Amino acid sequence: MEALLSTKKVSDFRLGLQGGLSIAIGYMPVALTFGLLARTTGLTVTETVLMSMLVFAGAAQYISLSLIAVGTGIIEIILTTFIVNIRHFLMSASLSEKLEEDRLFKKLFYAFGITDETFTVISVKEGKVRTGFAFGVMLISYGSWVVNSGVGYFIGEILPEFLQASMTIALYAMFVGLLVPSMKKSVKVTFLAVVAGALNSILLFTTTLSNGWSIVLATLVSAVIVELVVMMKGGGRANE
Amino acid sequence: MNSAIVLMIIGMAIVTYIPRMLPFLVFKGKELPPFLQGVLKNVPFAVLGALIFPSILLIQEGNLMFGVVGTAAAFVIAFLGANVILVVVGAISVLSLYSVFLM
Repeated sequence: MEALLSTKKVSDFRLGLQGGLSIAIGYMPVALTFGLLARTTGLTVTETVLMSMLVFAGAAQYISLSLIAVGTGIIEIILTTFIVNIRHFLMSASLSEKLEEDRLFKKLFYAFGITDETFTVISVKEGKVRTGFAFGVMLISYGSWVVNSGVGYFIGEILPEFLQASMTIALYAMFVGLLVPSMKKSVKVTFLAVVAGALNSILLFTTTLSNGWSIVLATLVSAVIVELVVMMKGGGRANE
Repeated sequence: MNSAIVLMIIGMAIVTYIPRMLPFLVFKGKELPPFLQGVLKNVPFAVLGALIFPSILLIQEGNLMFGVVGTAAAFVIAFLGANVILVVVGAISVLSLYSVFLM
């Protein structure tokens, strides 16, 4: 690989692997449970691992299992998957501003690795982010997701009950760990997170919007409102 | 392997990949208007807020305290300046202790 020839790139990649480690830990219980559920739904181990390899989207994969279980048709399942994952469009758009300019095929390659979790880890990093870093974050996350899906198919039940329950906090704890340092530095960040969290809660409890759409709407509205407020207060200068 | 399931998986893969790659094609080499750039820079922090709330409070169905304890643990550990891995491991440990000794 050409990336390995340059030491600069290697260290970016390594930093990315380190940055993605918390995702790899957080994916463990989610992927193990997915593997376990896939077996009880009647998928073979090959189908289970294939889905994790090709789709790489936790929520959509879980939903597909529950739809298969109630006998939903293939087209409906694919459509639901599309609707659940359309939120990644917003994240990719944001990343296209955040990542260093690079060849199109590399971007199209790492676009596959964009999940809620890889997106947040990459995008809270300060300054322009290098391609190698993104690859590192994504590779370790992807590896954990695929391997643990397969492992879960066979041994998901081995983890003690209390540990399985406690590990459900992992990915959310990671989000908190990513958000809090930025909140301490910036009032704007705090506003963005609080407004979006509040909006999402209101939308989920008062409307019939799905979780995916509600996150998209809450994110967009708060990102626009806070930007408007900053513009009006500082004439667009107080951006950071 | 069941060919209907494999077809379904391929379909799911395609519709998941399209929204992930489309912005890189559409925005390629374009300078976006500053306001839109600002909004896109806000997205990470807004999305974190929306991903965390309210889901973090509801991690155990029918037991709000479990979510509250886990949330509080994560925020306190993060606020003390720990790195992300420590926040994750710490929150899991606090919840394990809580469920073994207090539930």
